[in-house]
Amino acid sequence: MFAFILRRLLQSVLVLLAVGVIAFALFRLVGDPINQIVSLDTPAAERERIRLELGLDDPSIVQFGRYLARAVTLDFGISYQFRQPVAKLIGERMPATLELAFVAALLSLIVGIPMGVYTALRRGTALSSLFMALSLVGVSLPTFLIAILLRYIFSVHLGWLPSFGRGTVVQLGFWSTGLLTVSGLKAIILPAVTLGLFQMTLIMRLVRAEMLEVLRTDYIKFARARGLSDRAVHFGHALKNTLVPVITIAGLQLGSIIAFALITEYVFQWPGMGALFLGAVQNVDIPIMAAYLLLIAFIFVIVNLVVDILYAVVDPRLRTSMQAA
Amino acid sequence: MTDQADAVDVKAQVEATRARAPSWLARFRDSDILASFLSSKVTMLSGFITVLMIVGALFATWIAPTNPFDPASVNLIDSLFPPRWVEGGDPRFLLGTDNQGRDLWSAILYGMRVSLIIGICGVIIAATLGIGLGLLAGYAGGRVDAFIMRVADIQLTFPAILIALVIDGVVRALFKGLPREQTAFGVLVISIGLSFWVQYARTVRGSTLVEKNKDYVQAARLIGIPAPLIMLRHVLPNVIGPVLVILTINLALAIITEATLSFLGLGLPPTQPSLGTLIRIGNDFLFSGEWWIVAFPGVTLAVFVLAVNLLGDWLRDALNPKLR
Repeated sequence: MFAFILRRLLQSVLVLLAVGVIAFALFRLVGDPINQIVSLDTPAAERERIRLELGLDDPSIVQFGRYLARAVTLDFGISYQFRQPVAKLIGERMPATLELAFVAALLSLIVGIPMGVYTALRRGTALSSLFMALSLVGVSLPTFLIAILLRYIFSVHLGWLPSFGRGTVVQLGFWSTGLLTVSGLKAIILPAVTLGLFQMTLIMRLVRAEMLEVLRTDYIKFARARGLSDRAVHFGHALKNTLVPVITIAGLQLGSIIAFALITEYVFQWPGMGALFLGAVQNVDIPIMAAYLLLIAFIFVIVNLVVDILYAVVDPRLRTSMQAA
Repeated sequence: MTDQADAVDVKAQVEATRARAPSWLARFRDSDILASFLSSKVTMLSGFITVLMIVGALFATWIAPTNPFDPASVNLIDSLFPPRWVEGGDPRFLLGTDNQGRDLWSAILYGMRVSLIIGICGVIIAATLGIGLGLLAGYAGGRVDAFIMRVADIQLTFPAILIALVIDGVVRALFKGLPREQTAFGVLVISIGLSFWVQYARTVRGSTLVEKNKDYVQAARLIGIPAPLIMLRHVLPNVIGPVLVILTINLALAIITEATLSFLGLGLPPTQPSLGTLIRIGNDFLFSGEWWIVAFPGVTLAVFVLAVNLLGDWLRDALNPKLR
């Protein structure tokens, strides 16, 4: 078990290093960084001085090492657009994105699992067919179309929910939360539904497929033969065994929820990291792009690692095979 | 019977079989694929819609009443007309006009064409790159294989839209100084191409690993055919099957990616709108009640993507012998 975790950890570090190389290469690709800093009429001697000062005449590998060393201490440089430290900009916007991602993930689990169980147990009923059709639409429709549709129906047409922003925010230390005020809760509904819809359909289809698989196994037949109630068989035996893969997928999807949040954030003008990144792409603000990339990679790697370890803890069959490996 | 008589007999048999062999048209008519296509109403409908939309996009120049790319043909006085059947609509504009006075029906046809062309070009680049690298990784093995597949693994941890965004930013920086009208197309095609190659590479590599140990490859190697030629002439035709399914599903994904990038303002400029750009323009007018600018391009995109997806699902099942 320990060796397994160690190997995983090593792989994660390698992935992060590779993404670090890409992030560093971004700076190189867009040309001379001095041009981003100074104005057009700066004399050559002055440019040379700045170049020396910033260490830009060192070999690439030295510069890369320095970039990594700084990144570890959360120093990602200064944004070209805002003239502020990138870490501060991202730090301010991170709570908004994480709250949105968390609510969306929760929503997709709470709605997706019961829908999956229902469609597996009551196959062929009208409601099941409706759920399946809905899930096809949810998988196929682009996120931004869903966002526009929801916004049109609930904000423009019915006027029930706010169409943009986070509502009133409460500051808890460094963390700003919108989950404690009524306007904040109202504001998060539409973006969270938009973001969670794709995951919800995914989870629903997964639960359905797993349930159908498990219901065919011998131990379910045996449980029925023992005269257990349908309820005990379905929820005590079948559902419990489907949850392991579901939790894995849901965990692995958390990273992509955070990444996909940028489209939702754009439509609903949600003040999160995704919106910051989009602005950076538009204005070729490399320090923000590189830092965002590293951050997403970091989140992915951590989530993957935790899911792998949890998997081993939850499923005893895997533990023995890992020891053998 | 003598050997000679035997030989003649066999020859006659072969001739007879060849004469009896059905033409490719008849083979297609009797094939499982066609039968399964005709047996599903949903598949037929989505096939019909896909063909209809592609034809509409291809012949946009003849079908559309005006050319929305030509500034001379639009008039600002005509802007924001609702669809013809709504009160205040103008009989000249079937689906109404946008904020610049462009006929929306024409803009959708032309936009559909732009979206399709970018999607197809992007998928072609992704497939070429992915198939090439997959073949190379599978055939060469060793370090080359490990390197290519590691890169693929890392790219796979990021959602394609994020990769496309980063590439978009970098390519944009490289093209800095050129007007956006000239670069937008290239930026989009490159972003989509580089975002979707992994799936092809993995599939092709898997099949190549199986194929390369078969006798015909060994034989080709023994008679001294150079490796690149073996890969292209002998291995490639045998691993291309599963790629077709990915192509179909990827086309829908590529079109969504293009639309998303354009919607986010990173794709085509408003002067040469794709479906995504039209939706972006329409989104700004949602609150002032001009719903038609966003609704018609949105529905077009949704229906097209849904139809292509359903076709892809069907193709996957139809080509999978296990499910027959």
